[in-house]
Amino acid sequence: MIRSLPLLLIALALLAALSLLVPLGSLIELRRTDPNLAWQLIEELRLPRTLLALGYGAVLGLTGAALQATFANPLASPDITGSSSGAAFGAVAGAYWLGITGPLALAACGAMGAAVALCGLLLVAGRRSETATLLLAGVAIALAAGAGTSLLLALAPSPFAFYDSFEWLMGSFVDRSMPQAVTALIPAAIACVVLVSRGPALDMMALGDDVAASVGYRPRRLAVEVVALNAIAVGACVSVCGAIAFVGLIAPYAARSLTRGHPGRALVPAAVIGALLLLLADLLVRLAPAGRTIPVGVITTAIGTPLFIWIVVRMRRAVAA
Amino acid sequence: MTSVLEARAMTLEGRLNPTELHCRAGEMVAVIGPNGAGKTSLLRAIAGIELSGGQVRICGEEVAQSAPARRMRLLSFLPATRSLIWPITARDVIALGFPSPNAGRIDELVEVLELQQLAERPVNHLSTGERSRVLLARALAARPKLLLLDEPLSNLDPYWVLKTLEILRIEAKANGSAVLTSVHDLNQIIAFDRAILLNQGRVVADSEPGEMLASTALAEAFRIEKVSSGWRIREGA
Repeated sequence: MIRSLPLLLIALALLAALSLLVPLGSLIELRRTDPNLAWQLIEELRLPRTLLALGYGAVLGLTGAALQATFANPLASPDITGSSSGAAFGAVAGAYWLGITGPLALAACGAMGAAVALCGLLLVAGRRSETATLLLAGVAIALAAGAGTSLLLALAPSPFAFYDSFEWLMGSFVDRSMPQAVTALIPAAIACVVLVSRGPALDMMALGDDVAASVGYRPRRLAVEVVALNAIAVGACVSVCGAIAFVGLIAPYAARSLTRGHPGRALVPAAVIGALLLLLADLLVRLAPAGRTIPVGVITTAIGTPLFIWIVVRMRRAVAA
Repeated sequence: MTSVLEARAMTLEGRLNPTELHCRAGEMVAVIGPNGAGKTSLLRAIAGIELSGGQVRICGEEVAQSAPARRMRLLSFLPATRSLIWPITARDVIALGFPSPNAGRIDELVEVLELQQLAERPVNHLSTGERSRVLLARALAARPKLLLLDEPLSNLDPYWVLKTLEILRIEAKANGSAVLTSVHDLNQIIAFDRAILLNQGRVVADSEPGEMLASTALAEAFRIEKVSSGWRIREGA
């Protein structure tokens, strides 16, 4: 049991409550004039938004931790492995080219895109590649998927495709409905529960594939499972909220400091930290001047970039030592 | 003595020809052979990591059918690589060798392998030799019936080579385990009860170490010959 986990869960509950109530002024005002409308505001707008921020953050943290354990690399994450960009490509292809409108079918398109990107990464870099190889291959796949997404939007039958999808592409929880939240979060939650059950095997893989195999685990099959579950969870969330960077990198990094470095045991704490980070980012977005919308992805990137550089510098120093 | 390992027609395509192997309780067996002879493949096949055909039984149980918790009590595999990337403490790495926590045994191994100063340090910050000792402790943790150790004496100074051999002997006797170890330095095989010589994926000799060192099979496999000062490359090799 991780001692600080209850504290993190309390912080998560507080932030979730805050996410439902902020901005408080408009809610109080509305409650005075029309209590039903105030309740409707919470139920139909703020609750799906809070659930998506919480759930997507947990997905990014958990899948990031699972990918890092599988690739034996602290820089592997849904964004850096290209799976988020792949999911975005899949969702855009489904929505603008195949004419898919059903949220579940779009989530499946996102999952397919993420799976193709991760399989591409496995083919190009291999599973136990050096950090530089993994990063370069991941960046190449993310750039290719990003360019592909732009091309699909530019050539889409609808001339407004780019305009329509801008906010989604940058990552956002604004104006998402409860059915959309449910579509994204139910498959993601199932995938995450299965991933958590793989924690002990991922911890054993910290001693190398051969040790894990000698104990009876199957590292290759486990890697395929992690890739598939990651694709389902990330693909479903990206199809509704767009790609969000850095949470899947930073949350596992912080979580491992709570689990004495164990990558498998870090799955649940990484999910909680990821949820905290994304809820916090979504609250910061609400500080934007009235009438202006800042996509949540901009905030996570602004916070994540210096932290990413700090992690790389720390890794470099560790190698030099 | 009781039989610990019974391997029949063990095969690994392209690397290991059908091989029979038996080890008894308390026995220490050195696996020798030139580079690429199949030493690691043999150990990996017995550990159930990769096996194309044949059957491996440890204490009468088929390894492939055993669940992880049971496997930890049956066998332990120490790979030749000492690379560990996660900052897990040495104590926690040893704990990974148990199916269920056992603080008393960890303390015992920390003391035996003189890891007191290193126990709370992350293993990725230790030297290769220090990591070797931590990983050996992990391999010994659950008192497995068969220890499969791939080059456990590499990266160790002379004190730790002798100490490791002594620890392995004590553990084998105390637990009734068999120890199967790949060794590169021919001078070290004297410390074992038996030596197996592999060449081109096949067992070419299996004998008492002194006899093995004097055998023509060893000279031919390594393309060396014994002289009064040690070993030298065979003429025409």
